[in-house]
Amino acid sequence: MNKVKVGIIGPGNIGQDLMIKIRRSKYLELTCVVGIVESPGIKRARDMGVDASPDGVKYLVKHYKDEIQIVFDATSAKGHLENSKYLREAGMFTLDLTPAALGPYCVPAVNLDENILKEPEVNMVTCAGQATTPMVAAINRAADVYYAETVSSLSSFSAGPGTRANIDEFTQTTRNALIKVGGADTARSLIILNPAEPPIYMSNTIYCRVRDKNIEKIAKSCEDCLAVMKSYVPGVRFRMKPILKDPKDDIVMLGVEVEGAGDYLPKTAGNLDIINAASIRIAEVKAKQLLGVKE
Amino acid sequence: MSKIIITDTTLRDGSHSVAHRFTINDVTRVVSALDSANVDIIEVGHGDGLAGSTANYGFSAVPEMDLIKAAVQSAKNSKIATLLLPGIGTVPDLEKVKDLGVKVIRVATHVTEADIAHEHIEVAKKMGFFVVGFLMMAHRAKTERVVEEAQKMESYGADVVYATDSAGALLPKGVKERISALKSALKIPVGFHSHNNLGLAIGNSLAAIDAGATYIDGSLGGLGAGAGNTPTEMLVGVMERAGIDKNANFFKTIDASSLVRNEVLEPYGVHLPAIQDSLMLGYAGVYSSFMLHAKRAAKRFNVDYRDIIVEAGRREAVGGQEDWLYEIAEELSKK
Repeated sequence: MNKVKVGIIGPGNIGQDLMIKIRRSKYLELTCVVGIVESPGIKRARDMGVDASPDGVKYLVKHYKDEIQIVFDATSAKGHLENSKYLREAGMFTLDLTPAALGPYCVPAVNLDENILKEPEVNMVTCAGQATTPMVAAINRAADVYYAETVSSLSSFSAGPGTRANIDEFTQTTRNALIKVGGADTARSLIILNPAEPPIYMSNTIYCRVRDKNIEKIAKSCEDCLAVMKSYVPGVRFRMKPILKDPKDDIVMLGVEVEGAGDYLPKTAGNLDIINAASIRIAEVKAKQLLGVKE
Repeated sequence: MSKIIITDTTLRDGSHSVAHRFTINDVTRVVSALDSANVDIIEVGHGDGLAGSTANYGFSAVPEMDLIKAAVQSAKNSKIATLLLPGIGTVPDLEKVKDLGVKVIRVATHVTEADIAHEHIEVAKKMGFFVVGFLMMAHRAKTERVVEEAQKMESYGADVVYATDSAGALLPKGVKERISALKSALKIPVGFHSHNNLGLAIGNSLAAIDAGATYIDGSLGGLGAGAGNTPTEMLVGVMERAGIDKNANFFKTIDASSLVRNEVLEPYGVHLPAIQDSLMLGYAGVYSSFMLHAKRAAKRFNVDYRDIIVEAGRREAVGGQEDWLYEIAEELSKK
């Protein structure tokens, strides 16, 4: 079967994990990888038989305009602001894995639809946003959430320098997604780094204050949501199924853990895995549309 | 020996003990009493710092900015401080408290994660705050690592760095080791914040002063997370007996403590200290503010509080992970 050709900008940890995931895909063919210096990631791409260059986005659009249709940008917010101009001009649909957020947020379990695929680019929110927004949306559908709060604990090693230097941006972006995509009226997002050895799996606790306290309906909605998430992030599971924190109060509480697929990154970097897995899902749905494949 | 600067945290760490229900009237009375006792710095706010009012840590009864404003208005000489934990509070929160007249910001991270405070320390410094770096759960890292992280905070612009014994798990030897190493590696002053979970708060504070710390925390009657902090009035008394120089007045600090014990705490039904429960924290090396949350979770799932704390220690939970306690309790209830 034909595949849609895709490119990666930024062959760091995220980019190298994407390379492995794309190779498994029925619909995507990794065609070009670019960075801004010769690096182990560039070498890995070449070892895989993929054209790779240290000449950045300019190389990609010059050599692959009208050929590559989908691009993953795993650089930085600043990098993406620059790359975006070229990618839009070349008409390449872009999955923005940086915090730049020029395009709308996309969380596959919630808002991956026809409309969002018409955008020139979509933003992947944050790892915490990908892990928690689906559950907030699920509870909102069942019970009308007026306040959502999430606590995401990441293993220390899996939080790179970009996340560490911009921790406010991380919590603010996640909060925005809980409102815009998750449907909560107001929201907060907290992040904790835990240095325990061996490293912890990414753990997320979701609190929702609800107007309709029907715990059975909420539990069913969350189970359905988990099944959808599992279809693209197999390592996601409940740490704790939804309960009322205090039966007298209106706070629903549940825990979701993410074990990574262990491709390039270890299984304890579920936070990095989930954002990659979510972007692959979007790329595949877009690719199927381009190929005219129906399921 | 240099003069010791005392920070009283009754109205911040002590906020845990009353489940973050302090009122403006409480703040006004306690700040006035501490101010007339000449205590150098008074910390005010939610127990988990700016924007800590959450489902995870407990919602504040009164908005934090109202409490902080009341504190600033009640202090004539003492400086008002507040706490920020990156990951919970953000830079816009700093701007709000700057406008209210707060002079000191304490920026706290887990002992191995100083780099998440880079932005906040740098911005706070530029805004003109006196900035204290707070390395929590200092028992969890080896001395060399504590020094490394403290040096990061110093490089971001901190004016003081604290080793913070959040779990009340350090023994005097461990305090001495960490403070001496910090003292010789840093150009800026070093501080120590204790919890009395193993009954060592005063002893550890003295060990810290001996090793060169010049900033020490206390709270009136030892009100604070777990078994509480070093009782400020006891600290001042001990310092007088040891001939250590400080600004605070001993008898007036006792008066302030009596006010808290006899009047402020009365409506909350809080009695000091809850030694049996807090002992478990020091024993298991668990963050002190987990105590009340673990007790609630134990009740919710009908399991033994002590088993929850031991398990939280085994999992190496860090400050802020109160959410894990419910999961642990649920798991224990299924065994």
